[in-house]
Parts: sequence; C-alpha cells; structure tokens
Amino acid sequence: MAYAQAHDDHHDHKPSFVSRWLFSTNHKDIGTLYIIFALFAGIIGIGISLLMRIELQQPGMQIFADGQAWNAMVSAHGLIMVFFVIMPALIGGFGNWFVPIMIGAPDMAFPRLNNISFWLLVPAFLLLGGSMFVGQGAGAGWTIYPPLSDSQYQPGMSMDMALFALHLAGASSILGAANFITTILNMRAPGMTLHKMPLFVWSMLVTAFLLLLAVPVLGGAITMLITDRNFGTAFFKPEGGGDPVLFQHLFWFFGHPEVYIMILPAFGIVSHVVSTFSKKPVFGYLGMAYAMVAIGVVGFVVWAHHMYTSGMDVDTRAYFMAATMVIAVPTGVKIFSWIATMWGGSMRYDTPMLFAIGFIFLFTVGGVTGVVLANASITQILHNTYYVVAHFHYVLSLGAVFGIYCGIYYWIGKMSGRQYPEKLGKIHFWMTFIGVNLTFFPMHFLGNQGMPRRYPDYADAHWGWNLIASLGSYVSVASFVFFFYVMYVTFRRGAVAAPNYWGEGATTLEWQVPSPPAFHTFEELPRIR
Amino acid sequence: MTSQDALNRRNRRTLLGAMGFVGFMVAVSFAAVPLYDLFCRATGFGGTPMLGTAAPGAVANTTINIRFVASTNPGLPWHFAPQQVSMPLRLGEEGVAFYTARNDSAQPVTGISTYNVTPDIVGRYFHKTACFCFTEQTLEPGQSVDMPLAFWVDPKILEDAQARGVRTITVSYTFFRTLGDAERAGALANAGPHVGR
Repeated sequence: MAYAQAHDDHHDHKPSFVSRWLFSTNHKDIGTLYIIFALFAGIIGIGISLLMRIELQQPGMQIFADGQAWNAMVSAHGLIMVFFVIMPALIGGFGNWFVPIMIGAPDMAFPRLNNISFWLLVPAFLLLGGSMFVGQGAGAGWTIYPPLSDSQYQPGMSMDMALFALHLAGASSILGAANFITTILNMRAPGMTLHKMPLFVWSMLVTAFLLLLAVPVLGGAITMLITDRNFGTAFFKPEGGGDPVLFQHLFWFFGHPEVYIMILPAFGIVSHVVSTFSKKPVFGYLGMAYAMVAIGVVGFVVWAHHMYTSGMDVDTRAYFMAATMVIAVPTGVKIFSWIATMWGGSMRYDTPMLFAIGFIFLFTVGGVTGVVLANASITQILHNTYYVVAHFHYVLSLGAVFGIYCGIYYWIGKMSGRQYPEKLGKIHFWMTFIGVNLTFFPMHFLGNQGMPRRYPDYADAHWGWNLIASLGSYVSVASFVFFFYVMYVTFRRGAVAAPNYWGEGATTLEWQVPSPPAFHTFEELPRIR
Repeated sequence: MTSQDALNRRNRRTLLGAMGFVGFMVAVSFAAVPLYDLFCRATGFGGTPMLGTAAPGAVANTTINIRFVASTNPGLPWHFAPQQVSMPLRLGEEGVAFYTARNDSAQPVTGISTYNVTPDIVGRYFHKTACFCFTEQTLEPGQSVDMPLAFWVDPKILEDAQARGVRTITVSYTFFRTLGDAERAGALANAGPHVGR
C-alpha cells in the first residue's frame, strides 16, 4: 500500500533493486524471496541427506567421524527440511504469491510484517547452519528431547544456537500466520464469501490457525529448555523436580499439528491442479474444505501417539490410537474427492498433473503406513525403526515435496511469465518418482527387520536394502540437480506465458491477470458473483 | 479513504486477536508445568504413587507382591540398593521396607530421588505414608544409612478391571545429586558460563 500512494500513476511501476528486494512489502516479491530461500535451504538439506546415504551405503563408518557428528547432521537435515524448506516454500512462497490474488486483495494485510517474517528466517537459518560447525554440533534430533538435549549431553553453544534458530523461525511463522488470517478474514473481494474461497486459500487459513496454536507451545518448550541449559532451572530435570516426559508432551502438542501444517498447503495445491487438468470443478468442494478443518482440529488431540513407548497406560494408548485413526476419515474424504474429480474428466497429463497424481498415490502409501503406526501395539515394536522413517518420508518427502514441485510447475509460468519446457518437466517427474521410491520404499523392509533410526552404522544383515536406498538417493539428488536445469531452461528459453495458459480448467482469479501479474496485481478490485 | 481506514482498523483488531491467541498458548504451555505435575499426582498417571493418606488396615486376604529396584544417576557418587528384593503385602495393610545408601566419595553429598511404581496403572492405588524420597538426603563421606519407606496398597485395586490382575508392583527409585549440591561441588553440567540458581 505504501507504494500505491507514491506511484499511483502506473500500477506496474517497480521500485529500485534494494527497496524492491530487501525492504520488500509486495506479496509477490516476498513470495519469490521465500521460494528462492527454500530452494537454497533445500540444496543444503538435500546435500546433508546425500552425506547420510553415503554413510549408510555400507555397514561400518564411512565418512562421519563419530556418532555425534552423525547425530548433528541428522538433526540439521530434519530441522532444515521442516522449517526452512517445506514451510517457506508452501506457506511463505505459494501462500504469499497466491492467497491475495485468489481472494482479490491488493496485497497482504500487513506488508511490512510480511517483510520481517521473511527476514527473520535468514538469521534463523544461519544460526542453525552455524550450529553444525560450532563445538560438537547439536545432535539431539529434530525432536530435541531432554535429557539428550540438555547441557550434560549437548555441551557448548551449538545446541543453544539451534534452539534460538527455532525461536526465530517460530516467530517468523507466527507473524506470517497472523498476517494470513487477517488477510483472508478481512480482505476478500466483494462477493468472495468463505464458501466461495478457492481450496488453496482454505488450506492456508487452516494452516495459519494451526501455526497460531501450535508454534507458541514449541516456543514455550524450547524457552524452558534454554533456561534449563543456561540458567539453572529444572523444568525437565528430575533432580530438580522436573519431568522430561513433559517436554515430549509439549513438543508433540506442537509437533503433530506441525506435520499437518506441512501437508495442508500441498492438499490445496493438488486440489487446484487436479481440477485444472481434469477440466472439472473439484468434487465435493465443501467436504474438501471442511475435511481440512477437521484434520486441523483432530490433529490437536492425537499428539501422544508419538509417545507410545514413553510410559502410558493401556486406556490412554487406546484413546490416542482411536483418535489418530479418526484422522484417516477426513483424509480419505480428500483422497476420494480427488479421484472423483478426475473421474470422467477430460484429463491432461502435464507435469503438474503428474506430480499431483504422484502426490495422491504416494501420500496414500504414507497414510496407510501411518494407520499401521497408529496402532499402539505394533508401535511397541516399530517405534524408532526405519519403518517410521519410511512412513514420514512418504508423507513429507514424497507428499509435501511433490506438492512443492506440483505448485512450481503449475504456477511457474504465472510467476515468471515463462512456461517450463514440458518434456524436461516430465523427465524431472519420472527421475524424482523413481529416485525417491527407490530411496524410501526399502526402508519399510529395514524397519520391519528391526533396523533402528539415528545410527550411522548397522548390522551386516541390513546391507542389501540400505545399498538400494543409497542408490535411489543418488537418483533423487540427480533429479534435484536436473530440476535446476529445468528452471534454467525455463528462464532462458521458456515460451512466453499467456494469462491463462492452462485453458478452461483453470478458473481461479490468478488466471485472469497477466503472467507475470503487474507489480500491483489489480488496477480495479475484482467482484465475484 | 474512509473505507480504507475502516479496513485498517479491522485488520489491526484481527491481528491483535491473533496475537492474543499466541500469548494465550504461550501462557498455557508454561501453565502445563504445574498442571502436568498436579495431574500426575491426582490421577496416578504414569505410575505416580499417592502420598500421605494413612493405611486403613488389612481388609482383604489378597496379598500382592512388592518388588524394589534402585538406580543411581552417574552424577551421584553413591552406592544405593534395596535391602530386600521383594515382600508380600496384604491389601490395605501398611508395609515397611528399607534401602541402603552409602556415600563413596570424600566429601559430603546431597541427593534426592525420583520415584514411581509399575505397572503404570497401579499409581492411583499405591499409597506412600512415609518415604526418604520426600526430602533431600545428605551423607557424610563414607557414611552409610538405612532409608525407610512405608506404603500400602488400596483394596479398591480389586474393583478396577484394568488393575485387578496385577500380582506384582515394582517400586522404583532413582537417586540424583541435587542441583544445589552439584553446583557447590562444581559438578553441575552447564552449557556456558553458569548463571543463576
């Protein structure tokens, strides 16, 4: 809005480089910054996972000095992927880019707040990245459970750096979430009622509420951890009257909604893509929207299914087991609605659609292993094995990340004004699909054979599937490199994109403005009938 | 511009509401610390025994086997062990058992123990009337002491379908060096230059 007063003569007048990118208040520019940031963090996070797979390719120690070095890398991989790749790409990136356009708003409600949300992430990432090189590194896993994360087992500054990085990333998400809620509730164009909102906007609204309720609890828990480490408090120290299990409760009260925070925006994107490439409106729109609300609400009362082996009586486990399985119902509503949307549609298998179908298929596989793990009795055995690793990589690495690729291919023409080369996109999809499945599917077998998580070494018996997983990870990394080549070709030689390059299936507001949209998207706010 | 002002006011109100939510959730996460403690004490969750109530005297002929285990945190230079492996106890009757603790170091050391019972479900039926674990214990160098505890099992355990079949209750203690003593001895692990407490 600040620009609108200064440059009211022309709605595509852009400010100078520094004020456009460093002091940015334009939702599209901030979205672009988020996506670039996420891709950069993705290089680091995927690079670390490559090191991990090299280590696990053979039994015995290959490239890591010791267990702590390994733990530090595993922790960094998890935290980077969650907080600095998936969340910035899906929420900060696509959310900022398309929520205001889809609801016909001139910008986000608080453009400067939006700017600080992004720039808080940069020091957070530097702190987390730096923690790998200070002392022994922060090797308590992404779950940072005490006593492993306390000063006795993680001495030195690196753990505190990682915790402070989480604080900053958390503050960034909270501010971003408040901004999205305000924008979506107050700034919809005339006629855009909540029940006419595109599903991606619905997914962002639910995600923002989850962030608002979950992240402060993480903030509280890690504040207690920091004071336990540095200021002699005993929130989680039994010798001072504290209880380490309380941390697990607090962490998972945040951590479980967090996994929905990562997947819901991908649900939104996939809904749009499936509808666009089937040339049909999405099946059961209201059911789709309220399924996300239901997932969000129920997601807050299932957290202790991560703690089946932390000491719980049978009744409590039975409750958390039942509540967890209830989540399969709204998720099933979504899966079947996507299939019903495709049913009888005039389908086109362009790259975004391939990623969307890949998402539906692989997310369902991850969902099924999720239902298996919801069973308290089976989890007594599978807890902390590679089966769990396979499960959450199927829903996040193959789910949320496919959602990111899906969004990029769907909207890159809109965002950059240049369309990606279709053939290269398809090659990228198949490389990724084969690579990630080769990496993660064998982990189910390893878990069933009893291979535990978070060790750099394993019994010789696990060698075969580990070798295949490592080979698969090389294909995955190659596909990630190839993705950058696809983007390079897009920007250098991509065809100029029309306003609605997908044709009649694409009905939301972003397809009614030029590609790329003007600096100030709408000269006149749209009216929705 | 008046509609713009109205929108700005509405946006500010929504933001304030959202931040209120955030403040509330932070407050709740800190309130969880005493509430969780209270919850465990009140319900026996996670095998937290009940404290203080006197035994009603034996009312049933059913006996239950009580086993005793001890562990010592590596930060505490003590030898700590139960004097009896197990003992039979009639429901409602008060039993007394002893642990022995010996300070193996050359300076006085203060310890405190955490305690619970397994299986988790019996927490609400296992009462402690007196226990060394209620207070800090200080041992002089080389000193060895007998540490008593008194307890009884509520006969109501027979009315609980989940707990009725329990024949053995394991009483467990873990001794830690107190934070204050560890700090005095310079044995407190710390993440940086130590501050406070």
